[in-house]
Amino acid sequence: MTMKWVIPVAELTKDDQIRVGGKAYMLYRLHNGGFSVPKTLFIPTDAYMDYVDRTGLRERIQAELRRKALSEMRWEEMWDCALRIRHMFSKKPLPDEMAKVIGDAMAAAFGEQPVAIRSSALEEDSAAHSFAGIHDSYINVKGCAQILSHLRRVWASLWSDAAILYRREIGLDVQASAMAVVIQEVIEGECSGIVFTKSPTRGNQGVLEAVHGMNQALVDGAVEPDRWIFDRKTRKFLAHTPAKRDQWMQLADTGVELVELPLDKSASAPLDPETAEAIFLNAFSIEAFFKSPQDIEWTMDHHRLVFLQARPITTLSEKGAGDDRSWYMGLRRTYDNLKTLRSKIETELVPAMEEAADELGGINLADLTDRGLAEEIHRRKKIYDQWKAVYWSDFIPFAHGMRLFGETYNDIIQPDDPYEFVDILSAGELMSLDRNRYLEKLALMVREDPLLAASLKQEDPASFPPEFADALALFNNQFGDLSCGMTDMSGCRPDPTMIYRLLLNMAGQKAAKRISKKTDVTLEERVMEYARRFPASGTIDAFDLLELARASYRMRDDDNIYLGRIEAQLFAAVNEGSRRLADAACQDGEADESLREAVNALVPQADGPKHSSASGRQVRPRQLRGQPAGPGFFSGTARVVSVVSDLENFKQGDILVCDAVEPNMTFVVPLAGAIVERRGGMLIHGAIIAREYGLPCVTGIADAAEVIRTGDLISVDGYLGVVTILSAE
Amino acid sequence: MMLKNAGAKDRLMELFSGQKLAVLSTARKDGHPYASLVAFVAAEDLQSIYFATSRATRKYENLQKDPRVAVLVNNSINISADFYQAISVTGMGNAAELSGDTAGRALLLYVEKHPYLEDFVRSPSCGLFQVTMTTYYLVENFQNVTEVHI
Repeated sequence: MTMKWVIPVAELTKDDQIRVGGKAYMLYRLHNGGFSVPKTLFIPTDAYMDYVDRTGLRERIQAELRRKALSEMRWEEMWDCALRIRHMFSKKPLPDEMAKVIGDAMAAAFGEQPVAIRSSALEEDSAAHSFAGIHDSYINVKGCAQILSHLRRVWASLWSDAAILYRREIGLDVQASAMAVVIQEVIEGECSGIVFTKSPTRGNQGVLEAVHGMNQALVDGAVEPDRWIFDRKTRKFLAHTPAKRDQWMQLADTGVELVELPLDKSASAPLDPETAEAIFLNAFSIEAFFKSPQDIEWTMDHHRLVFLQARPITTLSEKGAGDDRSWYMGLRRTYDNLKTLRSKIETELVPAMEEAADELGGINLADLTDRGLAEEIHRRKKIYDQWKAVYWSDFIPFAHGMRLFGETYNDIIQPDDPYEFVDILSAGELMSLDRNRYLEKLALMVREDPLLAASLKQEDPASFPPEFADALALFNNQFGDLSCGMTDMSGCRPDPTMIYRLLLNMAGQKAAKRISKKTDVTLEERVMEYARRFPASGTIDAFDLLELARASYRMRDDDNIYLGRIEAQLFAAVNEGSRRLADAACQDGEADESLREAVNALVPQADGPKHSSASGRQVRPRQLRGQPAGPGFFSGTARVVSVVSDLENFKQGDILVCDAVEPNMTFVVPLAGAIVERRGGMLIHGAIIAREYGLPCVTGIADAAEVIRTGDLISVDGYLGVVTILSAE
Repeated sequence: MMLKNAGAKDRLMELFSGQKLAVLSTARKDGHPYASLVAFVAAEDLQSIYFATSRATRKYENLQKDPRVAVLVNNSINISADFYQAISVTGMGNAAELSGDTAGRALLLYVEKHPYLEDFVRSPSCGLFQVTMTTYYLVENFQNVTEVHI
């Protein structure tokens, strides 16, 4: 009975379709129809089910997915959810009995021969939806232990963020998902390719494509194939378009790699016309067998034609219907893709942003006429909006660099804490930490100089000692205006005196705790261990990936500061405008109408209290579940920060509660005991800063800034992602 | 110590292995009883029952002040036949938070029964408690009550 965990292709029956998924069933039918397929074993969904039941993973996955309604999760929260689920699979070996049964079957069928491990989810490759590329597949995996651990990775990919989102999008029941897996011998064919028995563009033709070597390169689009066109009706060869033929895919130590094609091969087409025709005719027999046009993958193994896969062609018109798989696949960024993005960000975008901020900073606003100032405000708003759009299109996707590293690190190190990788990334410096250190330095000057403290209290910059005035000017120039939030204009009233009050507050408290410099030796050891175990694929180097991820990690913080500089210049112009309007009002003068419009469009009008009336909180939240984003447990007084001025009263040991930690808020983080944030995710700004300072942090608490009130005694459980309101204010 | 009724011991053990949840009663500092639902596991010898709770909960707070607890386990399924078919056990004992090796052994026992709660129970913010049982009251056939002293 235990053999239900492994089924050889020849032993499948018609009734098994529902247990092995679409891809596997098509292979079985090919085999049954007399077409040659590679040696194949199926791991039916029964094995997946037994694994998640016996290990308790089924409930843990549900608990993870039910932290919040899927429809309310931000995509960053979805990443984290997927990362934690993947980590569960990676930390939970197969129960002994399953490992023995499946392992023995693998050893008997393949020995040390390399295999491919492919997903075959139940809905996969049905005529209605294509899951191609959504789930993971691994090629060239050798030996029993490796096969079993990669099997779990393929299973885990059922719960990747892309897969969860895609299922939700096309309306499949996320909770009921299960996955079958196909394990196949790897055939390193002399040449390989695909056949569309019916061209997607010309219905009366068939298309055959072929490359030297394995067909992975063709399927991934890495190598351009030679192409042959056939007439479907006459089955006659119509045309051959040769390709450039400079590379081919070969087996590496693990996985596959793209290498240069030997000269003798690049000179000749992968197929002679007779073989091309023979393959096409075979493909046509497959179409006749399945009674519908097919998309077929094949390889040529020592002059023997082997079919790797066949699936019905999903036509272009069907694909358009609400199925945006490419978008979901875009959530999985590749190393190369991220490297290109990094170069764009570092060499083009960041310098251009700095240049834009410098250009704006170089303009003396006092010299402008009212009308000129109004135009300048509009121009700055436009520049700011442009950069904000870039922030979404390029900077945020670049955060995937951290994620790619995180997944790789977790796969090879299998740490207890799935976010251990963040410690390695944070070995680089973040700009907002620099800013906080700088603030500490300024606060120290205030603490040691009572006269300076008095000048700050009187808000009298003219009496600042030159040393302090210079340091303050340098601070403002380097880090922008602290009195403004960043991504949202509301709540910002540019106020140069805010930093005075903040420094007085900081000076009045004992020195903020030092950032605990992570013990470098341990980190160094971790990095070396990671590099030592990094799979030698030949295409990506362990340190290159780490370097990319560190850049991604730094950028996740620094990009906000670059954008903040541009925003500060916008505020400076708005501020100048507000001042002139106020002056005009005092002197009963007429202010320029265009200036009034420009300023009013950007300055928030006085807003009332944000909370609804505190009419006896008869039903009130006690315990709130979010995501664990920084390990640790802390109880203390909540300080809800909704507008920037809330930060002034922040006391040491307060718990920072907010909608989203804006980069310009982080200067209070060294004072905080813990952080609670409405916005969810582990790689968001607040979580990164919390982790950097070793603070407990819970993110993704719905309406955090509304349900928790300043003065409430709360506890923050950063291990489990739970906030408890111990006693309400 | 010997159980007074060996058959009752088997029935208790069977009930405990079949049920995942127990009602735990603690006392608030003003003496008021406070009931909670907990995932539990019982030791083979019935001398102890283990459960886990986060340090921020009311039951955790209550237990810091008063370790005396009552535990209720039953197998009713919300039908009228429950009154004659179902078994219910009320146990009395003293709870203590575990640490070190004892906690390690109890944790394995707990995770074996509740593998899905592994992250929860392993979290440093979670306390694992051992209730050292003194007495069980086994209620069967509506009004048959057997006392089992440990």
